[in-house]
Amino acid sequence: MSDQVPDAVPELAAEHVSLHLGPARGGVQALDDVSLTVRSGRRVGVVGESGSGKSTLLRVLAGLQRPDRGEVAFRGRSILGRRPRELADLRANVALVLQDPRSSLDPRMNVGRTITEPLRSPLLRRTAGAPEQVRARLTEVMAEVGLDPEMFRRFPHEFSGGQRQRIAIARALVTRPAVLLADEPVSALDVSVRAQVLNLLTELVGARRLTMVFVSHDLAVVRHLCDEVAVMAHGRIVEAGPLAEVYADPQHRVTRDLLAAVPRIRV
Amino acid sequence: MTDDLLRVEQLRVEFGRRRRRGVTGIDFTVAPGQRLGLIGESGSGKSVTGLAVMGLLPETARVSGSIRWRGTELLDLDDKEMSLLRGDQIAMVFQEPMTALDPTMKVGRQVAEALRLHHSRGGSARGTVVDMLDQVGLPEPRRIADSYPHQLSGGQRQRALMAMALVNSPDLLICDEPTTALDVTVQARVLETLDEVLDAVGAACLFISHDLAVVSQVCGDIMVMRDGELVERNSTDRLLRHPQHPYTRRLLRAAQLDLVEPGRQILLEDE
Repeated sequence: MSDQVPDAVPELAAEHVSLHLGPARGGVQALDDVSLTVRSGRRVGVVGESGSGKSTLLRVLAGLQRPDRGEVAFRGRSILGRRPRELADLRANVALVLQDPRSSLDPRMNVGRTITEPLRSPLLRRTAGAPEQVRARLTEVMAEVGLDPEMFRRFPHEFSGGQRQRIAIARALVTRPAVLLADEPVSALDVSVRAQVLNLLTELVGARRLTMVFVSHDLAVVRHLCDEVAVMAHGRIVEAGPLAEVYADPQHRVTRDLLAAVPRIRV
Repeated sequence: MTDDLLRVEQLRVEFGRRRRRGVTGIDFTVAPGQRLGLIGESGSGKSVTGLAVMGLLPETARVSGSIRWRGTELLDLDDKEMSLLRGDQIAMVFQEPMTALDPTMKVGRQVAEALRLHHSRGGSARGTVVDMLDQVGLPEPRRIADSYPHQLSGGQRQRALMAMALVNSPDLLICDEPTTALDVTVQARVLETLDEVLDAVGAACLFISHDLAVVSQVCGDIMVMRDGELVERNSTDRLLRHPQHPYTRRLLRAAQLDLVEPGRQILLEDE
């Protein structure tokens, strides 16, 4: 099935990760012994209902949340317990796009500054391969995501929801990362705008051979973008495998429920 | 035909001094028990249409044309007369249950208040409220009645809103993107319940959404709106099988992600 060298070092890997959130008694087991391997060039979908732990897993992979137990590694090196400046490599190469661009973009910062902010980070400036010509890179990345580069002085509220998500994607890609982590990036969008952003992601991921982890509650969206899938429920991965196989022959009840729930046009 | 519940003619809504157009002279009718979907992108004027029928547009809106409810011109009614209809004969469910519910009041009391506003009978309110919460598929309706909105999940809050809207057995329920903020599994269950409850209450429904797939699960007829105009109206079956307007065809393609080969571009240009 796989065209990868099986023992090649994965881009990202979580091994036996567990995380309890909230008070020791009465909190929730957000992640319960979760292992996920993301190989270079693969597009992995993580699906589940709200509260299944899929966003928490993404935060752990992004190094934004430390698990109680288990190991998380980027290109074979643990990212746990390291100082911020030792994570420059991770930050430059692993970018994050969140669901709601209205809350993830700073309303007081113009679009040009928003998109190039990662380039001005002292952490990333020192990384090899970081773009040096900030202005040139801004023009380039805005065009890549389908925004008019002339609009760089405008503010987020002057853009539509779909355009704001393009801004968020531009900021994520400005450092030319190898890995894109996306948390429900199209869930807050109209169906028509969703289709446009999916087209953009398909194009970008294909052209730049991005490795991607894509979190969603919508299995139809994941099927469109990903080639592997992990299905989560109650903090655990209950089913995982090549997307086509899981989609055609779901084994777990949760996967079947998610498939049945996808809104479909029945003619 | 005077049998129509709702008859909208040449409805035009403009906003502000610059007369920004929200709706540009639309006509449609809703018959008793009919389920009519209204779809379009954000900014197409579909929510404005729903709010116009409810008499809930902001003061900056200029409304002209005609909105008749059982022959009565709603645009001629004053606030007091309109509020007698609203929540009683015509009710509405909004997208964001967290902002539509009062966070400081128990759910049961909010539903009871909707009931009391229009029917001033005292003792039996609690029973009616609990029955209604049960009917919209809330587990342990007594416990839910004594809970605050923040103690419920997103799906449960949307069900509570449905209970509030339906407790007076309205003749028309206007739903504005009622499941857009929910994830697909919860959405599927809420839509199923809506389907059952509309049948049980016998209410007609104007269902506003951007998602053709969602609308087609609930409605027998669909209108398509773009830039404040209705570009197509047909039975759901015909609209899906033989979409006439290029814009309808585009919406259809955007909603049929499962027909696109993975990794291929979704065709979004008008043919």
